[in-house]
Amino acid sequence: MATSESRRSFMGLAFGGVAAVGGVFSLVAMKKTWDPLPSVKAAGFTTVDLSSMQEGELRTIEWRKKPIFILKKDANMAKDEKRDVVIDNSAYTVVIGLCTHLGCIPAYVPSEQLFKCACHGGEFDTSGKNVFGPPPRPLDIPPFKIDGTKLVLGEEGPEYQKMIAEA
Amino acid sequence: MAQIRKATGIVDWLDQRLAVHKLLDVLMVKYWIPKQINFLWAMGVILTTLFTVLFITGLLLVMYYKPDTALAFDSVNKTIMQEVEYGWLWRHMHGVAASVIFLIIYIHMLTGIYYGSYKKGREMIWISGMLLFVVFSAEAFSGYMLPWGQMSYWAAQVITNLFGGIPFIGDALVVWIRGDYAVSDPTLTRFFMLHVCLLPIVIIGIIAFHFYSLRIPHVNNEIAEELDFDLEAEKYMSGDTKNSKVIPFWPAFLAKDFMYISLFMIFFFYLVCFKFNFAMDPINFDPADALKTPAHIYPEWYFLWSYEVLRGFFFDIGGIKAFDIGLAAFGIAQVIFFLLPWLDRSDVVKPAHERPLFFIWFWVLLIDLIVLTIYGKLPPTGVNAWVGFAASLVFLLLLLVVLPVITILERKGAKS
Repeated sequence: MATSESRRSFMGLAFGGVAAVGGVFSLVAMKKTWDPLPSVKAAGFTTVDLSSMQEGELRTIEWRKKPIFILKKDANMAKDEKRDVVIDNSAYTVVIGLCTHLGCIPAYVPSEQLFKCACHGGEFDTSGKNVFGPPPRPLDIPPFKIDGTKLVLGEEGPEYQKMIAEA
Repeated sequence: MAQIRKATGIVDWLDQRLAVHKLLDVLMVKYWIPKQINFLWAMGVILTTLFTVLFITGLLLVMYYKPDTALAFDSVNKTIMQEVEYGWLWRHMHGVAASVIFLIIYIHMLTGIYYGSYKKGREMIWISGMLLFVVFSAEAFSGYMLPWGQMSYWAAQVITNLFGGIPFIGDALVVWIRGDYAVSDPTLTRFFMLHVCLLPIVIIGIIAFHFYSLRIPHVNNEIAEELDFDLEAEKYMSGDTKNSKVIPFWPAFLAKDFMYISLFMIFFFYLVCFKFNFAMDPINFDPADALKTPAHIYPEWYFLWSYEVLRGFFFDIGGIKAFDIGLAAFGIAQVIFFLLPWLDRSDVVKPAHERPLFFIWFWVLLIDLIVLTIYGKLPPTGVNAWVGFAASLVFLLLLLVVLPVITILERKGAKS
């Protein structure tokens, strides 16, 4: 009797152990199934030539399915040492155009020099810093590399690494 | 094995093999319902009916729907709406039912609150019901995304972004949920799977549990009278049907429910045929555009109250970011009703009009929910922002502070 009891509990433990290991492996596999596919991860680089941009001009491009605002600052706009991307002696604001509150796209209002998000009233200045409303932080800066007058998005160049290190 | 003899007919043949008589007794004929309940208790049956409507119309829609960002919009707005015979009917029935089911859920919930049906002995009914509400919300949201219009896209963008507020893992979690850096094809296909497969299975499971949890403490009644169901049932079965305080679910009680279902269905098909637009946001007839946010984005009416709680806190308080306060408040709004049986500290089961302070609390809560719903739709600027803030604050205070205090006072009053 006693022997069979202990055999039963051994089988219980053995089954429990095997099931637990199997369970952990399947959870890992299920988690990875939901991860972005390799093709999604690979399609992540965009190059823009900024040489034709006018002062005060805002250009919106697409990178990793997100809008990127590139604003060439004119003399009226305050410079920001920490956030400006300097290419060819001109200062640019390069930010991901998604409100840091809940991810809507703010619209640029040139007369007020503000990026305004209609959804929850968030506002950002020409350097992309949040000045009003619920957004918790300035607009994010995408990883970039400067290549002459060109900007390569998706690659971490030395200027980007320096900017991140100081922030 | 049971003794199987030659059957006298089909029913008897089935009865010997499946005990159908016993089953019908348990499910219907000897399932006892108190007599003293009003039309508000018919909401459960109406919800079951609406869920059936959603299920069947959903099956018809899914035959033509294509879960692909390049095809989804046209498969709904062109194929189903214009080519498939009666496709427009299934779509409008599905859309209207999805919207109206929340109205009925809210009435069902508020009835439960008004009559104290979540208390002492009936906690599991309440909790399983709240679980259903949460899963229904996920079901509604995942379905809203499928036509891949502008509102679908931006709703998905905002809701998935909410998970970014979770400390440490937020950003990675958002990418994981979406399967991409932005809401796109992998997001659509996995939400399609959730909407048509996983969540309906979960919902059906919880509905079964919700019904089961009702059988043991039994349904509450209009005056919250504690009935001895065995005794009353015996009275009924011995022929004293007039003095018995209960009636069987079938056929007596369902007759009343069928009348309410009929009245409701007239209202429902009036909406489907003449007012279907209220469940079809015009912005959602523009195809999704990842590079252009609509001027105002807002959820369907049934989520407006919790949406307003989310954005009601628009300034930083004591060094905590407005965003985080809003997110925390939103999180609380999602789960706080689960705790109702324990926030209400008095274990007297009585309808609200016999509990003076609770009665005031109930109507203030209802008005606050309506205010939140209205301001959730308005742009959050100027005075609107402050009304939203006040209403959000009132909501949290009502549930977290006022209700426990009122019910503690009530308990002390009852003792003295």
